[in-house]
Amino acid sequence: MHLRHLTLADFRSYESAEVPLAPGITTFVGRNGQGKTNLVEAAYYLATLGSHRVAQDAPLVRAGAEQAIVRAAVMRAEREQRLELEINPGRANRGRLGKAPLGRPRELLGAVRTVMFAPEDLALVKADPAGRRRFLDELLVARQPRWAGARGDYDKILKQRNALLKSARGAPNRAAVLESLPVWDTHLAQVGANLIYARLRLMQDLQPYLATAYEEVSGGASDARTTYRSSLHGDLAQTIACGEVPQVEEIESAMHESFARQQAAEVDRGLTLVGPHRDDLELRLGALPAKGYASHGESWSFALGLKLAAFTLLRHDLDTDPVLILDDVFAELDAGRRERLAEMIGDAEQVLITAAVGADVPAQLTGATFEVVKGAVHPR
Amino acid sequence: MYEGVVQDLIDELGRLPGVGPKSAQRIAFHLLQADPADVRRLTEVLTVVREKVRFCETCFNVAEAQQCRICLDPRRDVRLLCVVEEPKDIVAMERTREFHGRYHVLGGAISPIDGIGPDDLKITELVRRLGAEPVDEVILATNPNLNGEATATYLSRLLRSMGITVSRLASGLPVGGDLEYADEVTLGRAFEGRRVVDA
Ligand SMILES: Nc1ncnc2c1ncn2[C@@H]1O[C@H](COP(=O)(O)OP(=O)(O)O)[C@@H](O)[C@H]1O
Ligand SMILES: [Mg+2]
Ligand SMILES: [Zn+2]
Repeated sequence: MHLRHLTLADFRSYESAEVPLAPGITTFVGRNGQGKTNLVEAAYYLATLGSHRVAQDAPLVRAGAEQAIVRAAVMRAEREQRLELEINPGRANRGRLGKAPLGRPRELLGAVRTVMFAPEDLALVKADPAGRRRFLDELLVARQPRWAGARGDYDKILKQRNALLKSARGAPNRAAVLESLPVWDTHLAQVGANLIYARLRLMQDLQPYLATAYEEVSGGASDARTTYRSSLHGDLAQTIACGEVPQVEEIESAMHESFARQQAAEVDRGLTLVGPHRDDLELRLGALPAKGYASHGESWSFALGLKLAAFTLLRHDLDTDPVLILDDVFAELDAGRRERLAEMIGDAEQVLITAAVGADVPAQLTGATFEVVKGAVHPR
Repeated sequence: MYEGVVQDLIDELGRLPGVGPKSAQRIAFHLLQADPADVRRLTEVLTVVREKVRFCETCFNVAEAQQCRICLDPRRDVRLLCVVEEPKDIVAMERTREFHGRYHVLGGAISPIDGIGPDDLKITELVRRLGAEPVDEVILATNPNLNGEATATYLSRLLRSMGITVSRLASGLPVGGDLEYADEVTLGRAFEGRRVVDA
């Protein structure tokens, strides 16, 4: 698939912008702070309903404006579809697909799919598990949008369960407060088990692509592996770490078992200590964990390998390429990695690249170039 | 802490559902600065509402007498009891014309974040009714969203342990929604397709 245009109103630094786009490579060049990332962030937001830089919507709306609007036309299999998203911080966002207003913006998911690689992705390797969980869940949603619903439900149930645990902690009669805990256990285990199962299946499918992508990016080394570190108690966590995928029902009952064993600790801390929100996707190079061991270059290769694997997985799954976004990454890579990356993405249907210095982008990646200066986008 | 009566106002507002300490403060200062006529109108409405509107002593539907129109209607089937969150859900159910039993209004749904537990709902009253009335089947018609589902799970466990047949409205209702907004056809179908809860 590819975007035919991207239109912004009061999004980030843009009062308005209208950018025509075509298949192939499009490069946005401009000095730092001119609005390059803001542009691709808008495309990414249409695809994921989230930003890769901020968790809240408020920073996405131009300072002083009430709402931001992002519009795009997507071409997939010769068919054009128009998308519109109204971002209203503090109120519900509104989506539109073609002429039809959507009940909820979530129904936009799937219309555009993107894979974004950005400097922030180094955190996939170097930082804490939250980013890796997000990588998995985001890919899950890009593959099958219905997982966005499960993900949202899980967070809501989790908040309720945590609130109950907290109120039990302070209550004179704990047992009375905890009387309704099994209700939340049931719902959290049900949604949580499905989520864990889906992540494990996803990892199984991703692994071969990861091995290949890492090998290509790093120029020969082929030892990139992932292990799912589950917060479940007991044997099942071990089984999962060995790469096996248990039945949903097994995971569900292991969650219940873990809740039972952890109850005192959970009430003490007023927090749910077991579930997909406490799990980690461990990255390994051969026998060693990447975090803390991998060199800077290896860490970049791994992060890039994960994103390229995601791209290839979606390409095979959807029977069309997701839009590939490379935000300011060529400057971070050494010459060898730059060249190999350029080779790997040469046949992608659409690639949006941003760079402060045009010369950082390998010469073989030719296509349209836009200059971004102070929030204005000019073709060059 | 503010002085005497201002703090009292903040405390009272803070006891309202969905109003945290910050909002309570904001509303209190809004009222202090508002046009006296506006405040007087609000006070009057609050008083009148408390005097004129009452709740059915049996099912907690809104009523004009001790019991509501439905509880007083001898044609209603006393063997079927439909449990809903709010009186407005009864209105939605009645529109479908599918249900001829009676109702029980819980007064909300379980939601720990809002400090609402089973004790804050009319559950003791429900259990008491089931002991006194010849009910064969309880139909759980809480909203098809997370809190409604959690409340249904809680009730189905409790009631089944008492040996009562419990059924849940068939899914097909828009998930994450309110019964109030479900259309009549969907809601009617949900009634027909209700399933006995046994898991
Ligand atoms: N909500 C906003 N309103 C106005 N300006 C914004 C907003 N968010 C970001 N900016 C501005 O956008 C610029 C950053 O744009 P960005 O696209 O990240 O730059 P780059 O071209 O380096 O990728 C900064 O100058 C920042 O002040
Ligand atoms: Mg940038
Ligand atoms: Zn009544």
